[in-house]
Amino acid sequence: MAKLRSAAGLETLRADIVSRRDPGKRCIAVCAGAGCDAACSAAVVDALREEAAKKSIDVKVTGCHGLCEKGPNVVVTPGELCYFGVRPEDAPGIVAGTAKGVRMDEVPFYKHQMRLLIGDNPRIDPTRIEDYLALGGYAALSKALFQMTPDQVLDQVKKANLRGRGGGGFPAGLKWETAKNAPADERYVIVNGHEGEPGAFMDRALFTGNPHKVLEGLIIGAHAIGAHRGFIYTRHDSPKLIEHIETALAQAEAYGLLGENILGSGFDFEVEVHFDVGIFVSGESSALMRSIEGNPPEPRPKYVRTSVSGIWEKPSNLNNVETWANVSQIISRGADWYASIGTEGSKGTKLVSLSGHVVNSGVAEVPMGTPLRTIVHDIGGGVADAKPLKALHFGGPMGGSIPERLIDTPLDFDALAALGAPIGAGGLLVMDDGTDMVDMARYFLEFLTHESCGKCVPCREGLLQMLKILTSMTNGKGRNGDIARLEDLAEVTGMACLCALGKTASDPLRSMLRHFKDEYEARIPAGG
Amino acid sequence: MCSDKIDQILARHRGKPGALIRVLIEIQHEKRWLPKEALAKVAQALEVPLSRVTQIATFYKTFSLKPKGRHEVHVCTGSSCHVRGAARLLAEVQRMTGLKPGETDSESRFSLETGSCLGSCSLGPEIIVDGTHHARMTPAKVEGVLKRYS
Repeated sequence: MAKLRSAAGLETLRADIVSRRDPGKRCIAVCAGAGCDAACSAAVVDALREEAAKKSIDVKVTGCHGLCEKGPNVVVTPGELCYFGVRPEDAPGIVAGTAKGVRMDEVPFYKHQMRLLIGDNPRIDPTRIEDYLALGGYAALSKALFQMTPDQVLDQVKKANLRGRGGGGFPAGLKWETAKNAPADERYVIVNGHEGEPGAFMDRALFTGNPHKVLEGLIIGAHAIGAHRGFIYTRHDSPKLIEHIETALAQAEAYGLLGENILGSGFDFEVEVHFDVGIFVSGESSALMRSIEGNPPEPRPKYVRTSVSGIWEKPSNLNNVETWANVSQIISRGADWYASIGTEGSKGTKLVSLSGHVVNSGVAEVPMGTPLRTIVHDIGGGVADAKPLKALHFGGPMGGSIPERLIDTPLDFDALAALGAPIGAGGLLVMDDGTDMVDMARYFLEFLTHESCGKCVPCREGLLQMLKILTSMTNGKGRNGDIARLEDLAEVTGMACLCALGKTASDPLRSMLRHFKDEYEARIPAGG
Repeated sequence: MCSDKIDQILARHRGKPGALIRVLIEIQHEKRWLPKEALAKVAQALEVPLSRVTQIATFYKTFSLKPKGRHEVHVCTGSSCHVRGAARLLAEVQRMTGLKPGETDSESRFSLETGSCLGSCSLGPEIIVDGTHHARMTPAKVEGVLKRYS
C-alpha cells in the first residue's frame, strides 16, 4: 500500500474501501474479548468459518461486544442479531439463519446504553485498519491537520470539558495546554493502558477491540501539543492486546497516518510500545514514566507536574486509553455536541466494568449522569441469585463504597467523589447483602500492601499496620480503640505519601467507616 | 537450553539500555524464569550494570529468579473473584498442592500464583492453568481440574 500524502488521498482510499463492501452481505462477528476468549470463542470461530466457507458470508473476529456474562457472543449483521453462549455446534444454525437471535436494541443490557466508544467493536476486525477507515476512521485526524490549527484543536478539547478517564478526572484540555506551553525542545504524549486495577477491564476491551480509535486520538493530541514522540504503556500479559496495538501501529505507518510527514502535512510523529511488568504502582503517572525510561517505577513528588517535567525531564502529557479514544469524536462532531451529553461537570459517556454479584458482568457505556440504578438494575440485570443489594464499590483498591440507599446517585465525577466513592477508572463492583464490609477493606489493603513500592514509610508501614488491625477484626479479635487507630493511620498515610497509591490507599476503608461504621463497631467485642 | 533464543532476543536490542525491561520480559516469556547467566548476558549486551539488571529483575513481580513448574496455576484474587469466594478456592488449591502463592513444588509439577485480574470477571471465581480458564469454580471442582495436569 502506498503512503497517503493528502487529505484527499485518505478520502479516495476510504471511498474505495467502502465501494468494495456490500452493506447487505451478511457478516458474523465473534467476540474475542477477555471474557469470550477465555470461554473458548476461538473454537466457535473455527466452526463458523468452516460452515460459512460454503456460502458467501464473512466471519469476523472482533474485540469485546460488552455482555461478557453471556459469552461467547456473536452478532450477525445486517440486523445486529445477537447470539449468546454460542457453542461450536450452534454454527450451522447461525450461518443458515435458522437459529433465533435477539436484536441488539432489544437486549436489556444494550438498550439502556449509549455506545459511542465501544459500539463499533462488533463491526471492526482490530487487525484490519480498513475496517476502521470504512467507519470514518482518521477523518478527525485529517480535519485536525488540515482544517484546524493546533490551538483550535486544544480549544475544542477544553470546551468539550473532556475529563481524564483514568481516575483523577482532571480536565484533559488543561493538561494538554500545560504540556504544550512548558518550555522545552521536545515533549511527549503517552497512552496509559496499564489498567492494573482489579475489576477494571474496559480499557483493554476498547484498546484490544479498536486500537486505531485510541491511536487517532493520540496523534491528534500530539499535533495539538507539539509532540513528535509518543509512548503506549500497556499490559504485558494480554497477548491479543499487544498484537493488535503493534499491528495497528504498523498499518497506520504503512498508510502514512503515522511516522514522517503524516498525510503530507509535514507533521512527524512516532510511537513506541512499553510494557508494565506486573506491579500496580507503575500505572501511576510519574512511576510509569520512570518505567518507560527503563528505571524501577518509583513515583516522585509532583511539586512539578509530569506535564511540565516527565520522561527524561521533558513535558509529558499522559492520558488514559478511554480519554484518548474520546478525542476523535470531539474533533469530528464538535465540542458543543460533546458537551451536550452528560452533566454540568461530567461530559460525554463513560465505560463501566460491571463485576461482582451482578447478573450481567461486562463492559457498559452510558452517558455521564446516568443513575447508578440504571447501570446496576436495567443494564446489569440486578443482583445475582435475586439477593438484596448491599453496596456499590467504585474505583477498586483506591476507590470507595456506597450503600444501596444511594443508588439513585448519578454517574458523575463530582457527585460520587463527594460520597467518598470516586468513579476512578470505572470499575463498578456490585456487592450483595452477604458481603462483609470489614473484610472488603481488609482485602483492598492487602492488595495495596503487596503493591506498595516501599519508597514512602507511611505507605510501606502504615498500610501494613492497618491491614494487621483489620485482619484481627475479621478474625474476631477486634479491640477497643481499633477504629480510632485505623482513622489515625488513614489520615497520616493520606497526607504523607508521595503518590496516589499511598494517598488514597485508605479511601475504601474511610468510605466504609463513613457508610458502614456499625459493621466495624460490631467487630469490637464488649470489653475487648 | 534455549540460549539461542536468548541470543536472538539480545541481538535485537544490543546496546540499547532503554530496552532493559522489554528484554527481560521477552526472556521471561521464553523461559518462564530468569537464570543468573541470562542476567549477566543482558547486562553485557545492553551495556547496563549487572546491579541495575538485578534491581529491575527483583523489583517487578512478573520476573522470577527461580525455575517454574511445568504447569502454572493462577488463582484470580481480583475484587470480583474475591466477593465470589476466591479465598475458599485458593485455600483448597493450597491444600491440594501444598504450595503457597509464589512457590513451586519439589517435582516441578505446579507453580502457584495469585492476583492480577485478567478482566474475565464474568467467569469468576476462576483458576487459570497454563492460560486455560476454568470458570465459575468451586472448591469441590479443584481436584478434578488439577488432575488433568501431570
